[in-house]
Parts: sequence; C-alpha cells; structure tokens
Amino acid sequence: MDSITFRLNGTEVTITSPGTRRLLDVLREDFSMTAAKEGCGEGECGACSVLKDGRVVNSCMVPVGSIQGCEIVTLEGLRESEQGKRIIDAFVQSGSVQCGFCTPGMVMAAASLLAEHPRPSEAEVREGLSGNLCRCTGYDAIVRGVILASREGEGL
Amino acid sequence: MTDSYYPKSLSEALELRRETGAIPFAGGTDLMVRFRAQAGTLPKLPHPVLFLGHLEELRQISMDSSGTHIGASALLSDIGVSEHVHPMLSETVMLMASPPLRNLATLAGNIGNASPAGDAVCSLIALDASVVLASLSGERTLLLEEFITGPGKTVMKSDEFIREIVVPADQPDRYWYRKVGTRKANALSKLSLSAMATVHEHRVQDFRAAFGAVGPVVIRRRDLEAQVRGMTLDQLSRETEGIVDAYRPHIIPIDDQRSQAVYRLQASLNLLRRWIDLLMQGG
Ligand SMILES: Cc1cc2nc3c(=O)[nH]c(=O)nc-3n(C[C@H](O)[C@H](O)[C@H](O)COP(=O)(O)OP(=O)(O)OC[C@H]3O[C@@H](n4cnc5c(N)ncnc54)[C@H](O)[C@@H]3O)c2cc1C
Ligand code: FES
Ligand code: FES
Repeated sequence: MDSITFRLNGTEVTITSPGTRRLLDVLREDFSMTAAKEGCGEGECGACSVLKDGRVVNSCMVPVGSIQGCEIVTLEGLRESEQGKRIIDAFVQSGSVQCGFCTPGMVMAAASLLAEHPRPSEAEVREGLSGNLCRCTGYDAIVRGVILASREGEGL
Repeated sequence: MTDSYYPKSLSEALELRRETGAIPFAGGTDLMVRFRAQAGTLPKLPHPVLFLGHLEELRQISMDSSGTHIGASALLSDIGVSEHVHPMLSETVMLMASPPLRNLATLAGNIGNASPAGDAVCSLIALDASVVLASLSGERTLLLEEFITGPGKTVMKSDEFIREIVVPADQPDRYWYRKVGTRKANALSKLSLSAMATVHEHRVQDFRAAFGAVGPVVIRRRDLEAQVRGMTLDQLSRETEGIVDAYRPHIIPIDDQRSQAVYRLQASLNLLRRWIDLLMQGG
C-alpha cells in the first residue's frame, strides 16, 4: 500500500492504495464518481476517458501510483466548468446521446480536442473522437454536437 | 511489500532499477493490457513496476548535430507534432492507437514491447535509430536493430532501461510509410512498410525498406539494399521483379487473428513494388 496524492476535479486528494490499481477503479469505488465507465478494460473503447493534466487518457490504462501530483478531471468536474456546460448543452441540442454509455467519454474527448483545436474541422473532430466507440448513434450526431460546442460562445 | 515505485529523478530510477529489479513502466498501454485481470481487480503484473512516465528528464525531445533525441517517456502525441522529429516518424506515430492512448504511450514502450508489429519500431529501424540504455554503471548505445532480438526479446540487462532514442540527422531525401490495418484507429498492423530513398541524377544513392509484422522481428535487409544502391532508374525499372523476388524469402509472416500469412506476404511485396514505382515516377 502506498500513500498517493493527486488533484481530482480541482481538489487535492490523498488515498492509500496499491500503486498499480487502475485509476478507473479508484474513481468509481473510492470517490463514487461513476461517469467514467468500464467498457472494455483494454484501451479500445474510451468509455473510461478522463483528463490527465488537460489531455484525454483512458483511465483503465492508468495505475493510480503513476499520477502523483497530476491534475485529473472527470465529467463530474468538467460539467461545472463553462467549457463542460457548453459541450453538454451542444450534445443535448444535437441529439448526441442515446443510451448514454459512451457519452461521458465522448465529452472528455471533446474537451481535450477543443482545448487543442478551438475550431476543429469535421475531420479533426472525427480524428479526435476516434478512440471512443459508440454503439448507438452512428457518430454523426456526436460530431455535430462537438462542432456546435466549438461555435457556441462565439455568437455562431 | 510494494507493487510499484515512483522515483523522483532519473538517478533515483536507476538506483531502484538496480536494487529492486522492478520492470520499467512508461504509458502502460501494453503492460496494462497484457496483465489485465478481472474488472475491478489489480492487474496481474508479475513483478513490481518502476514508473518512468512522469520523469521530465525522460520526456524531452531535442535536436543537435548528431540528430534528434527523443526521451524514453516522451508521449506519442508530443512526438507526432514535434518540429524536431522526422516526418516519417511523425506520420507513423499519429497512426498508432488513438488520441487518448497516444497521450499515455511512448516510443520506449513500443520498443520495450519488442513486437514485430510495433509500428514505431518499424520506422525507427528504417531511420537507423539507436537506443541509449542507462544503468548505474553508465550508458551504452545500440542500433535498434541489434537491441530487439525476437518477439518480446531484447538485449536489455536487468539493471538497465532505455533513456532515449536517437534518430540520425542525415536521412535519405524521400520516404513512404504504409500501414495496413483493419481500421484507422486502435488497429494493430496486419503489415507495414517504412521505406526511404535518395535518387540523384537518375541514380539510386540510398535505398531502405523495413517491413513490420511479417517475421519474428522487423525485417530490414541491408544486403539487398546494397544491391539496389547505385542502380540507375532504368535499371531499377528493369530489375523491379528481381528486387521483389529477392525480398520474397525474407518476408516470413504467420497466420494470426489479425491476418493471414499469404495475404501479408503478397501485400508486403505489392507495397515494395509500389514504392519502387513511386521512385521511378518522382526520380
Ligand atoms: C487499443 C490499443 C491500440 C494500440 N495500437 C497500436 C498501434 O497502432 N501500433 C503499435 O505499434 N502499437 C499499438 N498499441 C500498443 C502500445 O500502445 C504501444 O506499443 C505503445 O507504444 C507502448 O508504449 P507504453 O509507454 O504504453 O508501454 P508500456 O506498457 O509502459 O511498456 C511496454 C513495454 O516496454 C517496456 N518499457 C517501457 N519503458 C521502457 C524503458 N524506458 N526502457 C526499457 N523498457 C521500457 C515495459 O517494461 C514493457 O515491457 C496499441 C495498444 C492498445 C491498447
Ligand atoms: S474501458 Fe478503458 S478504453 Fe474501454
Ligand atoms: S449513445 Fe449508446 S454507446 Fe453511444
């Protein structure tokens, strides 16, 4: 067991845990933050996506002992921010959500993409979301949602 | 007993590596999949791991007269956009895995995994890249081709790890990278070709071809490359089938869940033929 300190949604937290425990499990079990989901557990689906120091990563691949001092943001944190609100709003308006299982991961991927490319092309959006699988929407509505989020706040 | 070590510096990492024999852990995108256990349980890593991904000293990408130095823990997503990195390597890296995985994964991990389907390994071998291995006793530099000896096998000693990868500055004029996979994101290669050449005044001055996922290691044949060097474009045109035939016995793929040996062989040779065609057109 190790004592591990990192920042979670803006607050410093310290846990006692084996260092190789997956961040995904720590979020869901220790912090009851269930937005990040386990789809595949092997890096393929993106349902477990969170931001690590501002960039989207698969939390099923991340041992908690490796993130000491890092800033982790989950959907629970992002949705309180202006950017998070804008993306969620755009997803609602664009009908980007069906069953919703992929949605938290999609929103995190969108946040990471928009931080890097505030006005992405459609191709950049598709590339930015290419690590996230959705079994319901056929992706087009999600891509439209991200593009809408990129335009909002600029008066369209 | 702990299952992992979090060194605060490179020197502490080297000490921990020697004292504990913990295995290097960079992005974890190979290790966490290979040793994945049931959902919600700890990964079944056979040994304690030594986290290296966070060490700033290992994340630098820089250039000097000898070439580009890429730190072992530099992220694929940073390598892909770095102005210091050869465009063939940038292209290769940006076709690996997916954006979130590229924010974790590293070149040292792709090399340490020593899979013949490691995409970055294939292009790095075509680029004549070397690995710098560090230990408390000092450093040694090896050509990447000599470092990887078989599937999952390297000549790394138990107290060493990769500190950086060096790509020589002097490279052929042209390159062509092709990866054949089931889809664009998150698909391991069925096969790949990293090819380079310099053609000057209608003569081939340099010629390189590295084939991924079609043998126990990435296939690069310097003997065959030497036979192509010095050919005029007319000779290259006449000899194309001869060159392809010379490569044929060295492309020794297997059947696995991703593809079949017959397809891999045929498609690899087709890519080689296409590369030679491109040289004749653009020469
Ligand atoms: C969904 C998915 C898709 C993928 N797609 C691709 C793809 O398209 N192409 C491809 O080539 N690979 C792909 N991979 C495999 C993997 O992402 C790459 O091999 C990646 O480069 C591994 O880097 P890492 O830092 O995550 O490695 P890790 O998992 O941290 O380590 C891998 C190996 O390297 C060793 N190692 C790590 N750092 C060092 C060091 N400094 N010195 C010595 N040894 C070290 C480790 O001990 C281990 O044996 C994919 C993986 C997944 C899960
Ligand atoms: S659960 Fe992490 S990528 Fe699928
Ligand atoms: S909405 Fe159901 S998986 Fe995407």
